[in-house]
Amino acid sequence: MIDRETVLHIAQLARLGLSDEEVELFRQQLSSILEHMAILREADVSGVSPLAHASRLTNVMREDEPGPSYPPEVLLANAPDQEEQCLKVNAVLEES
Amino acid sequence: MSALHELTLSEAATLLRQRQISSVELTRAFLERIEALDRRLRAFTLVTADLALQQAQEADQRLQRGEQVTPLTGIPLAIKDVICTKDIPTTCSSRMLEHFRPPFNATVMERLQAAGAVMLGKTNMDEFAMGSSTEHSAFFPTHNPWDLERTPGGSSGGSAAAVAAGMAPGALGSDTGGSIRQPAALCNVVGLKPTYGRVSRFGLVAFASSLDQIGPFARTARDAALLLQAIAGPDPRDSTCSATPVPDYTAELTGEIRGLRIGVPVEYWEAPGMDPGVARVGQEAVNRLRELGAEIREVSLPHTRYGVAAYYIIAPAEASANLARYDGVKYGYSYRDTSDMWEALDKTRQYGFGPEVKRRIMLGTYVLSAGYYDAYYKQAQKVRALIAQDFERAFEQCDVLVSPSSPTVAFKLGEKLSDPYQMYLNDVFTIPANLAGICGISIPSGFSEGLPVGLQILGNAFAEATILRVADAFQRVTDYHTQRPAL
Repeated sequence: MIDRETVLHIAQLARLGLSDEEVELFRQQLSSILEHMAILREADVSGVSPLAHASRLTNVMREDEPGPSYPPEVLLANAPDQEEQCLKVNAVLEES
Repeated sequence: MSALHELTLSEAATLLRQRQISSVELTRAFLERIEALDRRLRAFTLVTADLALQQAQEADQRLQRGEQVTPLTGIPLAIKDVICTKDIPTTCSSRMLEHFRPPFNATVMERLQAAGAVMLGKTNMDEFAMGSSTEHSAFFPTHNPWDLERTPGGSSGGSAAAVAAGMAPGALGSDTGGSIRQPAALCNVVGLKPTYGRVSRFGLVAFASSLDQIGPFARTARDAALLLQAIAGPDPRDSTCSATPVPDYTAELTGEIRGLRIGVPVEYWEAPGMDPGVARVGQEAVNRLRELGAEIREVSLPHTRYGVAAYYIIAPAEASANLARYDGVKYGYSYRDTSDMWEALDKTRQYGFGPEVKRRIMLGTYVLSAGYYDAYYKQAQKVRALIAQDFERAFEQCDVLVSPSSPTVAFKLGEKLSDPYQMYLNDVFTIPANLAGICGISIPSGFSEGLPVGLQILGNAFAEATILRVADAFQRVTDYHTQRPAL
């Protein structure tokens, strides 16, 4: 079972704001979903290596050829806020 | 000649090449069909009528000159709104990307444009392709053309409904755990999930990068083959895209499957939750394949029962990492009413994402967090290896595997929304192919309670030609795929 504190901790790790209703909903739903996941413990995985992907490739190489890049105004066209061809963000460091 | 919107892609291509119809006429017919029906079906998030007619004119010029004509030249298509289209909104049916216009085209869009195809518009989906009913679209649900009170399946429900309703002769979707095959089954169309690495993912908005593949919807296996032909093949911008040669898929459609070894995986057919009507239709389809001379044999995929659990750990884990990019800084929705960096980040994601996306970010973050990583994520990856091994063994004895694509027919809108795990169980037959990276196709195979039932044909890695051959052979002797919903 997942408790309220765990939900809040996970939400903070994911940087996901949640309403009080969502905290309670996800507490119930994640608990229920994870109960179904318990079936995985029944699988005999002794000696089995984890499979991270199903592509049958290793070390794909290609020539590193220079090509045209995007002009800044194109890349900034979707930016919520910008200034002097830079993305504008809230202050990261506080003034002491 | 039947009404233009009733033509299959291949039929339309022939008429275009013979100059019996123009691409502008054909495109207009589909735009009119969309205009007439989509108020009720809601398959499209955006109809690009002006662009479509402009592309159709260019295609007509190509056809007139007889230069660079491909089977897709002048063919109108619908595109799932998870595929980036340059300067055209690509929303993933999410508030987060509602106003996002990509500065580039996905590789598949470049290839369709080079082939001379026409884009009708972008289709609705579960937000960020997370869901099995298209009800998790942030904008509106899509309705199943066979019964407007039911879902079309998902997440590519818009593309499936568009083809089923004759609003497009073909479409692209994406399949991470069944998001092409399940809606294809529920809407009575063909849907193909290629082998992982067969089609470039460049420009496909990422959900779960080790599972995602783009693939076609169409009315016939032949049409799906033509679409796959156009989009398959290596791409320097996607290092997971394989250099394995792309065969001539339509050349393999011989109608001949005598002696082909078709495996019937017992665990799929005996799965809990299998609707008896669906199983009966599936069994009749297997009998039909036997009559065509295929050799039917039972096989076992013993780790099938772990598939859903493994998938719903791995896919959310990858999603939680992929969706970390939505921070309200570079593009997308951004919460502005604060000068606090952390609050802006939290609220951007709180208001930008819908409930299913949040649920999966939470689940994925949980299974990757300290203390739970080994018990959940690593265990799921080991089970994934076992599921892949199941298929390796099965394909030593069989050329393809068949089962129903989904355990039930289309369900009612709202029916499974309150219980996420019930929704996840829709994917029980489709998930294993994504985990193993193999290919699969769903084709119309009959009806139960008046609703479509799809037959899933799974093939080994890069065996698309084989599953298409079986699908095509089946369609030569059946007419399920020609049946249309009454709209």
